[in-house]
Amino acid sequence: MKWGLLTIAAALLLYPFILTGPFYWDIGVAFLLAAISASAWNIVGGYAGQVSVGHSMFFGVGAYMPLLFFSLWKLPPVAGVPAAILLSLALAVVIGMPTFRLQGHYFSMATIAVAELIRIFVGTWDLVGAAIGLQGPAVGRGWWDLTFRSELPYYYMFLGVLAVLLYLTFEVQRSRFGYYLRSIKADERAARSLGVPVRWTKLKALMLSAAFTSVAGSLYSLKTGFIDPDSGFGILVSVQLLIVAALGGAGTLFGPLVGALVLVPLQTATNTWFGASGSGLTYILYGGIIILLARFEPGGLHELYHRISAQLLRR
Amino acid sequence: MLLVQVIVGGLLLGAIYALFSSGLTLIWGMMNFINFAHGEFVMLGMYVALLVVVWLGGGPGMFGFVAACALFALGVAVYLLLIRHVARGPMLAQILSTFGLALLLRYTAFWIFSANFVSLPQTYLSGTINIAGILMPVPQLVAGIVAAALTIGLHMLLTRTTIGSQLLAVAEDRAAAMLMGIRPDRMQALAWGLAAGSAGIAGALMAIAYPWSPSVGETFGLTAFVVVALGGFGSVPGAMYAGLMIGLIQAGSAYLFGPIYKDIIVYGLFVALLWLRPQGLMGRA
Repeated sequence: MKWGLLTIAAALLLYPFILTGPFYWDIGVAFLLAAISASAWNIVGGYAGQVSVGHSMFFGVGAYMPLLFFSLWKLPPVAGVPAAILLSLALAVVIGMPTFRLQGHYFSMATIAVAELIRIFVGTWDLVGAAIGLQGPAVGRGWWDLTFRSELPYYYMFLGVLAVLLYLTFEVQRSRFGYYLRSIKADERAARSLGVPVRWTKLKALMLSAAFTSVAGSLYSLKTGFIDPDSGFGILVSVQLLIVAALGGAGTLFGPLVGALVLVPLQTATNTWFGASGSGLTYILYGGIIILLARFEPGGLHELYHRISAQLLRR
Repeated sequence: MLLVQVIVGGLLLGAIYALFSSGLTLIWGMMNFINFAHGEFVMLGMYVALLVVVWLGGGPGMFGFVAACALFALGVAVYLLLIRHVARGPMLAQILSTFGLALLLRYTAFWIFSANFVSLPQTYLSGTINIAGILMPVPQLVAGIVAAALTIGLHMLLTRTTIGSQLLAVAEDRAAAMLMGIRPDRMQALAWGLAAGSAGIAGALMAIAYPWSPSVGETFGLTAFVVVALGGFGSVPGAMYAGLMIGLIQAGSAYLFGPIYKDIIVYGLFVALLWLRPQGLMGRA
């Protein structure tokens, strides 16, 4: 386990030097962003078993706020990150408080409806750029604007965030809070009868997840310097988080990394092979993958791996 | 007079909402399962109507029938191939199954039909009529009235027939129904067929009166969620009243604030409902 961890860390740290050039670095950054946002989703969707299909609302808030700080007050975009986290936490409370009293499906339904509400609302609101969206500083006024021409600084910035998030998830896993989460996922009624504060635990998981999803959104817009309603709040953003985590293995520490490792190159491939129509085909493919996962392997590649390796050992 | 026209228009649209939302609420009532692809079923119903008109040259009666049958078959197939296997599984599998289906159907439709808006060619239902000074487009009038009749029909089917009693028995208590000699699996397959079929025919009805594109599936799916939440989960009569109400609210807010705000207000109502009355107006908690 220890050596495995070191290998992963070394591979991630050295990747930009093994595969050099903007093309590979770009894939690397996309991989890290997918891993970060899916790991964030994983806290509530995987560990707590509360399947959100509207996490784009937190991602979008995170993506909009930095560029809003820039376009309104000419502040460096990073200054908007804490505000985005606060707003995401507030949103999490607004959705979590009422829905966590109700049955599981209700939460999923509420998340998708609220995300869509915000997407349409942002699309009509001139202050935040309406349908056109917002733009960051075209040329950095200093290092604090975080506009780099090379992909490398972003790569290491994202890697740092991913490391923090994974460490936190690891700690959560071992803590009392983590056991609460797993007990709720396994059987909510039993957990409650054993004295687990079910609603509060779920809400805490959602808030933690929302905060990091918001950070992921901020990283995205800091790097691209542009955001519009669809790339921030669109349903496809939620799909991306969900499928990466579920494919790798929802509720496992490294599941999101494995999912991102498979899906990000796949997406790059379909986009380059099929050109402009590729994104449509990608989502047809995603739909198919999600259905197959649900039908045959809800535990994702993680569970598949464990089952196959157990079978091999038995022989 | 304009206000009356807005109200009537809203009610007619609301009747269609009521029809497809009944299907969603029926499945929820039967198996505590939310179908994220329900809006996509409505969207498919619209394209089935278009294909029947273009290829076979059929009229509204024919394509309505074909859409209902095609979607009924799809609903049963989806249940047998997918839902049956995930319904007792982990929550993640339940949510992912229909969510993935929604994506697959939506983007396949985008791929085949493109993102452009289409509408049906003129049929014998075109034109407007003037009822006591209120101008009503005939297609909307027919679509709304037929939808209302079908929703009431579905309600009657559930409450007045043996098959309906069997369906409700499974919804009430699966194990007890099994002991009475009812096969829950068959009943649930039937419920999925009825739900998808009503969505399909609602789509065909809407296709007569309004233009559409593949993206309407998402909008209708969410509208159906709001209707079901407002009417109370699992309640078909609740969905009827709530559908009419949502239609009215949409027409009213489009008239008062402009068309782009109609969805914002409806989804906003949903959030308010979450806090104030999560069991819906007529539902059980």
